[in-house]
Amino acid sequence: MSNLARRKLINNAMTALTGLCALFAVASLFFILGYIFWGGVRGLSLGFLINSPKPIGEPDSGIANAIVGSVILITLGSLIGMPVGILGGIYLSEFGSNKVGLLLRFLIDTLTGTPSIIIGVFVWTVMVHPMGHFSALSGGVALGIMMMPIVARTTEEMIRLVPHSLREAGLALGAPRWRVTLGVVLRTAASGVATGAMLAIARIAGETAPLLFTALGLNYLSTNLLQPMASLTFQIYYYAQSPYEEWHDMAWAATLVLVTMILVLNIAVKILTRNRHQQA
Amino acid sequence: MGSTLAGEGSATPLTPNKSPLRFGRAVSGLRARPRIGDPLFKWATGFFAVLIAGLAVLIMVEMAINSKLPIAKFGFGFLTRSVWDPVAEQFGALPFVYGTAVSAVIALLISVPISLGVAIFLVEKAPRGLSNPIMFIVQLLAAIPSVVFGLWAIFVLAPMLRNHVYPALQSSLGFLPLFRGNQNGLGLLTAGLILSIMVLPIITAVTTDVLRAVPGTQREAALALGSTKWEATLIVLQNARSGISGAIILGLGRAIGETMAVTMVIGNRPQISASLFDPSFTIASAIANEFTEASGEIYLQSLIELGLILFFVTFIINMLARLLVWSVTRGEGRGAHV
Repeated sequence: MSNLARRKLINNAMTALTGLCALFAVASLFFILGYIFWGGVRGLSLGFLINSPKPIGEPDSGIANAIVGSVILITLGSLIGMPVGILGGIYLSEFGSNKVGLLLRFLIDTLTGTPSIIIGVFVWTVMVHPMGHFSALSGGVALGIMMMPIVARTTEEMIRLVPHSLREAGLALGAPRWRVTLGVVLRTAASGVATGAMLAIARIAGETAPLLFTALGLNYLSTNLLQPMASLTFQIYYYAQSPYEEWHDMAWAATLVLVTMILVLNIAVKILTRNRHQQA
Repeated sequence: MGSTLAGEGSATPLTPNKSPLRFGRAVSGLRARPRIGDPLFKWATGFFAVLIAGLAVLIMVEMAINSKLPIAKFGFGFLTRSVWDPVAEQFGALPFVYGTAVSAVIALLISVPISLGVAIFLVEKAPRGLSNPIMFIVQLLAAIPSVVFGLWAIFVLAPMLRNHVYPALQSSLGFLPLFRGNQNGLGLLTAGLILSIMVLPIITAVTTDVLRAVPGTQREAALALGSTKWEATLIVLQNARSGISGAIILGLGRAIGETMAVTMVIGNRPQISASLFDPSFTIASAIANEFTEASGEIYLQSLIELGLILFFVTFIINMLARLLVWSVTRGEGRGAHV
């Protein structure tokens, strides 16, 4: 009996312990988010969002340059990464059930696992160094390279979820395979591919390391793709490392903007995918 | 499941080029045209798949080419030299390898037990209605950018450690050289701690997948023999151990490649010090911190060679982890190729 009591005690203790672990994980997110909110909300104002940085001490300094820069860099990255990723993903799902497909998948997963700082160094050696200067374009390429493997693998998975009968119906109507793939299969998988792409955007939106040696940063608003460009993440890094209290506050406020953007994307994806599951 | 479906797809007699009936031509009876659309489609999409895969190879080649100076000058000794002196143009990777390894080990020591606890709670204990939102929250933790963790670590974590935790550690465990000396809050231990929060989501997510893949009959058998729920869980853990090791190794890969947050709190000094409070450097943070200001070709190329080492290490780690996870989940589950 005492043995059984001991076993039951261990059982209950472990339940409590694992529950505590879960509580810790949940609490750490809200702890960090709480700090970001309280740290950021003080510095947030309309002027902060629509003004460019001003010298220390001047009022109404802002991060408009970084917001515009981030939007441009993410757009560039998506324009490069998404078509390549989606088409590559189509190949993997349609023609990739063989040894070649296995090898490609292996290398693509290798790219996903490559630390982002290395992508930055790579783009520096192939673009920045030959061109002789930092540029927004090279930053966009770095982000695009980060996106490609993620988009390719989610596209592949989403296409594989499309029921086979749909494909057969298309083929039975005499349509060539490429039309069935693009017009029927990809269309059916479109919402899944889109949510995958949204997650990939959320992922690259938070990247700093690939931008350090490519887009660098810039203290004023610029839309020139061949020149350095500001980004929210680089600005946060730059301000956080500085000795000025005022810049620290700006780093927190910029963080609030960035994290809000990323969380909204993630939650939107969650809601979209939940609806799909309910319909199914 | 997915792969068998697609396997049937390419073998099914209904695909036009393999069909004995040749649907496309037979339907209308019109003059048979050679179809270039399908092969063209295959080659076009194939081009992009190869492009992405080729980038992985190209990155390696490009970094090897761009680090030939230090490779020629220092050879394999680069890995074991502990001097990092840009002025004398002497470079060795050991302090960075040390910092990377120690910070990653600290991160895993803390995050592995917690991640396993969360995963066990989600799969074995919590009802669906509770486990789904918790899983989502863990995913959100993974979505927070590295630079944001870094900011939080500089202004919240580091002062907390400096004022409360490190003095307490030194007074209680100060007889160990690990917990002695400098206490400004920026150093190896702080980097390890922030890393532990950052790798928690990935280890939790993959372990959850692995545990879900263990057949329910094993739990039922154990319970039927009179074991408590925890004893049944132990059996599940036993059978999932290779997958769990995969999850841990995947977390290790993340910790090693993590750049921004570490760069912001590790103190950035290339030294091997006995104290965990002391500033250090990881491979990734060295590249982030010194690359743009590296003057001199061999300095720059030494940093690129550090990157090459990092690439190889993460490559091997990720490959191993994927094999281990796959051995349990057989390709099912979300985390298998993260």
